[in-house]
Amino acid sequence: MATTADTFQAHHEEHHHDADHKPGFFARWFMSTNHKDIGTLYLIFAIMAGIIGGAISGIMRQELAQPGIQVLGSVAAWLNGGTVDMDQALHTWNVLITAHGLIMVFFMVMPAMIGGFGNWFVPLMIGAPDMAFPRMNNISFWLTAAGFVSLMASTFVPGGTGLGAGTGWTVYAPLSTSGSPGPAVDFAIFSLHLAGAASIMGAINFITTIFNMRAPGMTLHKMPLFVWSVLVTAFLLLLALPVLAAAITMLLTDRNFGTTFFDQAGGGDPVLYQHLFWFFGHPEVYIMILPGFGMVSQIVATFSRKPVFGYLGMAYAMVAIGVVGFVVWAHHMYTVGMNVNTKMYFTAATMVIAVPTGIKIFSWIATMWGGSLEFKSPMVWSLGFIFLFTVGGVTGVVLANGGIDDNLHDTYYVVAHFHYVLSMGAVFALFAGFYYWFPKMSGKMHSEFLAHLHFWVFFVGVNIIFFPMHFLGMNGMPRRYPDYTPAFSYWNEIATVGYWIMAGSMLIFFANLIYAFVAGRKAAPNYWGEGATTLEWSLTSPPPYHQFETLPVIEEHHDYHDHIADSPAKA
Amino acid sequence: MLTDTESVRQMNFGDIARKRLSFLGILLAALALSAAPQGALAQATGELDAQAENVADPAVPEPATAEPTVTEAAPGADAYTPLGPEWIKGRPTAPSEDMLASISFQEQYSDDGQFALWMHDAILIPMITVTSLLVLGLLLWVIARFNRRRNPVPSKTSHNTLIEIIWTVVPVLILVIIAVPSITLLSRQYKSAPEDALTVKVTGYQWYWGYSYPDNGGFEVISNMLDDEAALSRGEPAQLAVDNRMVVPVGVPIRIQTTGADVIHSFAVPSLWFKIDSVPGRINERVMTINEPGIYYGQCSELCGARHAYMPIAIEAVPMARFNAWLRSQGGTPKGEGAPQGAAPALAPQEPESAVEGAPGAGEAPEAGTPEVTPAAGNPA
Repeated sequence: MATTADTFQAHHEEHHHDADHKPGFFARWFMSTNHKDIGTLYLIFAIMAGIIGGAISGIMRQELAQPGIQVLGSVAAWLNGGTVDMDQALHTWNVLITAHGLIMVFFMVMPAMIGGFGNWFVPLMIGAPDMAFPRMNNISFWLTAAGFVSLMASTFVPGGTGLGAGTGWTVYAPLSTSGSPGPAVDFAIFSLHLAGAASIMGAINFITTIFNMRAPGMTLHKMPLFVWSVLVTAFLLLLALPVLAAAITMLLTDRNFGTTFFDQAGGGDPVLYQHLFWFFGHPEVYIMILPGFGMVSQIVATFSRKPVFGYLGMAYAMVAIGVVGFVVWAHHMYTVGMNVNTKMYFTAATMVIAVPTGIKIFSWIATMWGGSLEFKSPMVWSLGFIFLFTVGGVTGVVLANGGIDDNLHDTYYVVAHFHYVLSMGAVFALFAGFYYWFPKMSGKMHSEFLAHLHFWVFFVGVNIIFFPMHFLGMNGMPRRYPDYTPAFSYWNEIATVGYWIMAGSMLIFFANLIYAFVAGRKAAPNYWGEGATTLEWSLTSPPPYHQFETLPVIEEHHDYHDHIADSPAKA
Repeated sequence: MLTDTESVRQMNFGDIARKRLSFLGILLAALALSAAPQGALAQATGELDAQAENVADPAVPEPATAEPTVTEAAPGADAYTPLGPEWIKGRPTAPSEDMLASISFQEQYSDDGQFALWMHDAILIPMITVTSLLVLGLLLWVIARFNRRRNPVPSKTSHNTLIEIIWTVVPVLILVIIAVPSITLLSRQYKSAPEDALTVKVTGYQWYWGYSYPDNGGFEVISNMLDDEAALSRGEPAQLAVDNRMVVPVGVPIRIQTTGADVIHSFAVPSLWFKIDSVPGRINERVMTINEPGIYYGQCSELCGARHAYMPIAIEAVPMARFNAWLRSQGGTPKGEGAPQGAAPALAPQEPESAVEGAPGAGEAPEAGTPEVTPAAGNPA
């Protein structure tokens, strides 16, 4: 395989294939129907949103570095373009937490995971020339971008006490209805409508592509695990997002057209909103992590030079997580005043999810067991992912207990937990995938040294930010607080130090990007060597503008693992 | 800002709509409501002022006398003075005082809290520590043993049914072991209050708490955060101290009923392992029993707007005699001393009511302060 790949590279080096004919700049990037270009757009978009969302968390950590209100006043004054009172400054805190949550969930992790890597590599991995509905793919991207604009716009219009939507990313009624007059919350809701519509269309696109456009011979049970993960994710999106759309539409009509779905005064119920939101919201957390599972599976197998251990178990563990993920939502609302039997059920159901998740963790380790491990940057990020995701997972088991959660609900313990699984789980997977595939997408090698350095500094930084939050939460610090009693100041100060370490690591990341584009070596088709066996490695780096004009054929003798026959398809 | 009066009115309308189950009913209620707030607001502002005046007086405590002895402040004393800072028990700990206490749960002062803490420390912490270390150990082992230098030729193993069964079944067994005390804890937390338990109705407002005592004349204590200076001068932690604490008797079950007047708040006291959301239009009920006299701090735990961080909770648990003295100082009446006369009812004209069927006030007018309600209140079957 490695030798074959080298031959390809030699062949393609200075040669422009017909398939490489590209449209002009505007048509290519603004009217794009090419899955790779759309994937690139999504990745650029996610990086920009990530910078904004990350900068917001910097303001938040800086405010929390010590008790009292320090920076909110100036942020609020900047937003308002003038002096502000204390309430406006405090409202700005709520705007920041809302924006940070919504940006990171809807405009960073989802676009990067599904829009970026999903678009780029699902067609390549299944041997398809493009996505099933290229134009819908384009609409998906631009609706996401429009949604982001709407969210940003919400920050600059009145939202009740001050400018912007200060409802938290959960947008609970009645704070988001009668509690927040002004158009800001409407803009934020509309932003979710747009992003949600984009995701639903994306999900339809992926499901159709994966079911109908696999290369001859690639049965479902031969698909790479990353494709499996995107397939399961697409189903979660398809089933969960319409519920969110319904819930926020009802919010919108409650706000503007006099309905009372969530207003007890008219026979509605504020808790109904929470049920609807979390019926979407819990699958949403798996939407954010499942593609990461898929990427880590590819990477661990590649750098162990071994097929994934227990391929079928891995695939169906993801299916199980997806299914069970739909029946555990109320563990986000243990304190809302549920019936004791309901609470017992959700406790039990939530703990069940630990089982398929454990299967995945142990299968990754078993994949490495007996392997020939090479610690390239994607592998290092994946190893970090496995450990940190485990840490985030076990605190999830603690929180799953409804009785224990009575003390931890809405404290920093929860913040620590979900940042361990997302800011470390999902984001480590994103960086693993990025370093794994960046040369494939760009044709330029990044610096492995900088990628390793990025890993270590980021690893140290995020752990310093988030580990002390467990202590704060257990000791009683509620979340969504801009200010706190002095007993909490020590660990908060440490967390803020961690933030700046993490921010420093991002400079290394961007330096690495610049290095790659300016001075990076040209990437070979299969630069990771014999362990990388999925179809994208049979193509040049970057792949031709249109690939697989002749469909690759996957041979019979391959059973349940990622390996593709030694007959790489011709581009 | 909505007032309690208005929220109760809203509940009645919600109630009507629910019972008729007709669109018309909802529509009428909504129409009627649109007219209601102005009147209610005008009326209520005056009331609130009156309340504040009435309540503020007796509750402004004497500055804590230097080192009062335990016996002085403790049981028996019939006259009421607020507990001094030496009685502070439920609060967060700074690492500079005690590193270990700063990284764990607050000490627990209720039986359920102690059980939950035991479950966390004896079952969950060992389990999650061992699991994390097991994964870390395995990772380090494969990194050391199966790197390319030591193991240049990878094995081709990709299945092992036995080990796959083991790592499925063992976690299931561990989870079952966790589930047993977890379910026990839940059933303990949801035990109903005895019929004669004292009821305290906790109302979350933007951004302060109101504590009313329907068994004792129905007066309401409004509890605002003290500014840092005032808190420190009383020897209390900044941002946790309040002007008027929620005073309750120690050692007896207290029926906490909570609701939100405007948006959702959450009544949380970490050292009692107690947190229950205050949802507009619902009454959530849970029993609280405090084992020791003392002061227990908590904070609002559901995002409720700009000053969400500035509506702390302070519970003061005192012996019954002192509690009764406190009741009298508020114009209330200790239970069994006959119906309150005079000012108290005017201060809080409403009895706890709820839009929730089966909850107090939903149907027949319940006797003041002893409403029948299941612990699962707020979620009618």
